[in-house]
Amino acid sequence: MIFLNFIKTTLAISALTLSTTILTSIANANSDVEVMHWWTSGGEAAAIKVLQKDLASKDVNWKDMPVAGGGGSDAMTVLRARITAGNPPTAAQMLGFDITDWAKSTGKLGNLNAVAEKEDWDKVVPAALQKFSKYEGKWIAAPVNVHSSNWVWVNKKALDDAGGKAPTTWEELLTVLDKMKANGITPLAHGGQPWQDATLFDAVVLSMGDDFYKKAMIDLDPETLGGETMVKAFERMAALRSYVDDNFSGRDWSLASSMVIEGKAGMQMMGDWAKGEFIKADKKPGEDFVCIRFPGTQGAVTFNSDQFVMFDVGDQSEAQMKMASAVMNPVFQSAFNVVKGSAPARTDVPNDAFDDCGKKAMADLAEASKNNRLFGSMAHGHAVPASIKNAIYDVVTAHFNGEFDSKTAAEELEAAVFASK
Amino acid sequence: MKEHLQQLLPRLVLAPSFALVLIFVYAFIIYTGYLSFTDSRLLPSYGWVGLENYEKLFKLRHWNIALKNLAIFGILYIIISTFLGLLLAILLDQKIRGEGFIRPIYLYPMALSFIVTGTAWKWFLDPGIGIEHSLHLWGWESFHFNWIKDRNFAIYTVVIAAVWQSSGFVMAMFLAALRGVDSEMIKAAQIDGASGFQIYRRIIIPLMRPVFLSAFVVLAHLAIKAYDLVIALTNAGPGNATQLPSTFMYSYTFTRNQMGIGASSAIIMMIMMFSIIIPYLYGELKTGDSK
Repeated sequence: MIFLNFIKTTLAISALTLSTTILTSIANANSDVEVMHWWTSGGEAAAIKVLQKDLASKDVNWKDMPVAGGGGSDAMTVLRARITAGNPPTAAQMLGFDITDWAKSTGKLGNLNAVAEKEDWDKVVPAALQKFSKYEGKWIAAPVNVHSSNWVWVNKKALDDAGGKAPTTWEELLTVLDKMKANGITPLAHGGQPWQDATLFDAVVLSMGDDFYKKAMIDLDPETLGGETMVKAFERMAALRSYVDDNFSGRDWSLASSMVIEGKAGMQMMGDWAKGEFIKADKKPGEDFVCIRFPGTQGAVTFNSDQFVMFDVGDQSEAQMKMASAVMNPVFQSAFNVVKGSAPARTDVPNDAFDDCGKKAMADLAEASKNNRLFGSMAHGHAVPASIKNAIYDVVTAHFNGEFDSKTAAEELEAAVFASK
Repeated sequence: MKEHLQQLLPRLVLAPSFALVLIFVYAFIIYTGYLSFTDSRLLPSYGWVGLENYEKLFKLRHWNIALKNLAIFGILYIIISTFLGLLLAILLDQKIRGEGFIRPIYLYPMALSFIVTGTAWKWFLDPGIGIEHSLHLWGWESFHFNWIKDRNFAIYTVVIAAVWQSSGFVMAMFLAALRGVDSEMIKAAQIDGASGFQIYRRIIIPLMRPVFLSAFVVLAHLAIKAYDLVIALTNAGPGNATQLPSTFMYSYTFTRNQMGIGASSAIIMMIMMFSIIIPYLYGELKTGDSK
C-alpha cells in the first residue's frame, strides 16, 4: 500500500517536472545554415573556412557543427540522434551509400532541383556521382570533391634505388618491391586497420579488370565473389602482405605516409588524402615523391565523394539553396580541393591551381568518366551499403591477417555477402 | 500537517531520480528489447520480424568470436585479478612498514579510466615503441614480445591491461575483510600450533567467502561491459581478433546499420549480466532479511 502511494506521488511529481522542462523550439533566423561535418584536422578545417567566408559574403550565417572522427561514423551517430529527435541540421557531410540509406529511411531530405537546373549540374557532375547526389530524380546533395582510392605514393629516392621505373603492371610492381626489400627498407607502408586493408583490396580487385570489379564489388555476383579470379585476387593480397613490416597492425594511415616521406618505406597504397601528408612535409610531387595509379588500373578510377546532404528544413530553404550554389561554384571547388588534395566534383573546373598529382587526378577522373571506367569504391562505401561493406571488410582483414588462405577467403566472401544482404 | 509533510518529504526528494531511472534505464531496456524483434537497420523501424535477429546473430562468425573472446577474457581476468588481489592483500596484511604509502600505489590504477589504461598499455606493448623497443636499445636484441600484433595472443594483452587496472581494487576489498577477521580466532589457532600458511588456508580465506562473491560480481560485470579498454588498446584488432560482445554491439548498431541485430546482441549481454547479478542480489537480500 505504502509502495503504491509512493508510485502515485512519484508519477504526479515527475509529470509536473517534465511539463516545466518541455523545450520550446528555437526559431532559426532564415539566413542560418547549420552544417554538420567531420573536417576538423588542419588542412580540412582550412578548406571549410573557404566556404564559410564565401557564404558570409552572401549574408548567410554559418553555424558550425563539427563532429570529429575520420570516415564520419561518429558524425553519423550524432546525426541519427538529431533526426530521431526531429531536429535535423540544414546540411550534413555524408559519403556514398550513407546518403542513399538516409534518403530511403528518413524521406526528410531537401530538394535542390531549382538551383541544380539553373546551374546545369546534370552536365558538369559525372554520372557515377549523380547516382549518389540524386534520389528519385531529385538532387538531394551537393558533391564537394572526388577522392580516388587506387593511388600508389612512392618515395622518389627509393624508386630510383630500385631501378627508377614506375611499375605499370603487377609483375613490375613485384620486381620493384623485391628490389626495395633488398635495399633494406620496408617496401610497402601499410596500416593494419580493416578499412586500409579494404582500400588495398579495392585496387587489387580493380587490377584484375574493370568487369571483374563491377561484377564482384558492385553487382555482388555470387559466382564472381567465390570464383577463381577472386582466389587470384586474394593471392595478390597475400603477396602484398609479405612486403609489409611486422609492426603494421593498427597503424594509422598518416603514420604509414610518414614512413614513405622519411624514406623508411618505399610506397603506400592509399587514397589521395595521403597527398596532404606529403605536401605538409614540404615534399614536391615528381621530385620527392611520385604518384601513380595502382599498377594495372591506369585509366580506371575507384572514387569516393564527400557531399553535403540537405535536409528538409522548411523556411530556411533559401539559405540552403545559397549554400548549395556556393558549394558547386567552380571557384570554391578549385580552392577547396587544392587544399584538401582531392579533385573537384565537377569536371569543368580549371586545373591551374593544382599540383602535378592534382592535375593527373583531374585528367584521370575526366577520362574514366568519359569511358565509363569510374567506379564507386567498395572500401569507402560507394559500391555497396554499409552492412555489406563491413561484411567484406571482415573477410578481407581476416585473410590479410592470415586467418584464411586465399581459397577459403573467396568462399567466405561469397557467404558473408550473402548473409548480410 | 507537519507529520504529513514529513511523511511526504522523502518521496518528494526521491521522485525525480526515481522517474529518471524509470525512463532512462528501464524504459530504454524495454525499447531495446522491442527493437531486437524488429527490422530496424539505420534508424529504428517497427516491422515485426520475431526471432529472426537472434537467429542471424548466432549464425554470425563475428558474434561467435566475440563470445569466445569474452569467455577467455572473463575467466582469466576474474581468476587472475582475484588471486593477485588476495595475494597483495595478504602480503600487505603482514604489518609491514610504509603500508600507507604502498596501498594507494596499488589502488591508483582503479582511479584511471579504461581509456587511459588502454592507451598506455597500447604504447607499452607496441613492439615498435614500447617494452620490446626499449630492451633492444639496452642491448637485449633477442627479446621478443609482440602479442598485441598477433591475432592469436592479442586477447591476452587485454587481460594483462585489465588485471593491472583492477587487481589493486580487489586487494582493497580483501584487505578490508582481512582487517575485520576476529583476532581472537587467530590467536586460538596459533596456540593450537597452526602455521601462518595454515591459518590463512584453513581459517582466514574461508572466512572471506562473501568478499570472494562480491569481487566476482564486480569483476564479472566489468568483464561483460568491457568496451573502452578494447577500443583504446587494440580497437578490436588485429583483424577482428579482440572483438567482444560490447564492441560487436556498437559496430552493428551504429556503423553497420544493422540496428536489429545490434539490439538483440545488447539483450543477450543484458541476460548474461542479470544471470550474474540476480542470484547475487537474491542472496544478499535473503541474508539481510535473516538479520
